[in-house]
Amino acid sequence: MKLSEIIEIVSAIVINEGKGTSIEIVSVCGTDMMSDALRYAIKDAMLITSLNQPQVIRTAEIVDIPAVLVVLGKPIPYDMANLAKEKNIALISTKYSLFTSCGILYQHGIRSCLEHQSNR
Amino acid sequence: MNINQIDNVIREGSFQLFEGDFTNAGAASSELKNVLKEIGVDENVIRRASIAAFEAEMNVIIHGVAGTLFYSITKEEIRITVTDIGPGIPDINLAMQEGYSTAPDWVREMGWGAGMGLPNIKKNADSFTIDTVLGEGTTLEIKFYLKYFPLPKVD
Ligand SMILES: Nc1ncnc2c1ncn2[C@@H]1O[C@H](COP(=O)(O)OP(=O)(O)O)[C@@H](O)[C@H]1O
Ligand SMILES: [Mg+2]
Repeated sequence: MKLSEIIEIVSAIVINEGKGTSIEIVSVCGTDMMSDALRYAIKDAMLITSLNQPQVIRTAEIVDIPAVLVVLGKPIPYDMANLAKEKNIALISTKYSLFTSCGILYQHGIRSCLEHQSNR
Repeated sequence: MNINQIDNVIREGSFQLFEGDFTNAGAASSELKNVLKEIGVDENVIRRASIAAFEAEMNVIIHGVAGTLFYSITKEEIRITVTDIGPGIPDINLAMQEGYSTAPDWVREMGWGAGMGLPNIKKNADSFTIDTVLGEGTTLEIKFYLKYFPLPKVD
C-alpha cells in the first residue's frame, strides 16, 4: 500500500515526507521497544510506535525503515523531526492508539513484518 | 595486527560514547552504515553490521559509563570493537539470554532495555566475543567477513 493511502486511512499529519508519500509500504513493525525493531523489522516496513524520541529515527535508519507513524498524537520534538528530515525518513502522526492504528491497517491488508515472507 | 593487515585497512574510525548521552546515541552506527554504503559492501552485511554496532553502542550509553566504538574495514572483514569502563557483566550467559535486562525504568521509557541487544549482536555477527572484568569494563569484538568485492554504487 502506498504511504499516501496510509496517511489517509489513519488521518495522519505529515511532519516530514521523507522519500515521498508514493513509496510502497510492504508491512508494519508495531513496537515501543527499539531492540525489537532492530531484531524483527524488515527493509521497507513502516514502524508504528508511541515513542517520540530521536532514537526512533536512528533505529529506522539502521534497519532501512522508510516511514515512522507516531500514535496517540504524541508531540513530536524538534530534534526528532529534524533528524527525520536529515535522514530522509517519512514521519507522520495520528491521534489513534497503537492498537487502533494497527487494526485499521490490518483491515486494509497490511501485515506484521514477522509474517512477511522476506523475514528470515 | 601484522603489517599485511595494516596495509589492507580501507577505512577506520572511532567514537567516544558516554552513559546517558541519548542525544548522540546511534551517531556512530549511522556513520559506519554510511561508510559501508560508500565502499559498496554487500547490503546484507551492511544491515547486520549496522544493527550490531547500534546495539553495542547503546549498551555503552545505557550500562557502560563511558567508552569507545572503533571500526576497521579491510578487504576481508569489518571489525567493530566497543570498549567501556563500566561495571562489567557479572554473568555473561544470563546477559546473553533474550529478554534479560537490568536497564532501569527510565531507559525502558526511552524505548530501550528489552534485553534483546547482546543476543541480536550474536545473531547478526560472523564472530562475536565478550571480554568483561567486574569493576573495570567490557570489550566486545564483533566481526563480519566480506565475501564479495565491494562495488561502490554509481547513481
Ligand atoms: N557494556 C555493558 N556493561 C555492563 N553491563 C552490560 C553491558 N552490556 C550489557 N550489559 C548487561 O547485559 C544485559 C543484557 O544486555 P542487552 O541484551 O543488550 O539488553 P538491554 O541492553 O536491553 O538490557 C544488560 O541489561 C546489562 O545488565
Ligand atoms: Mg542492550
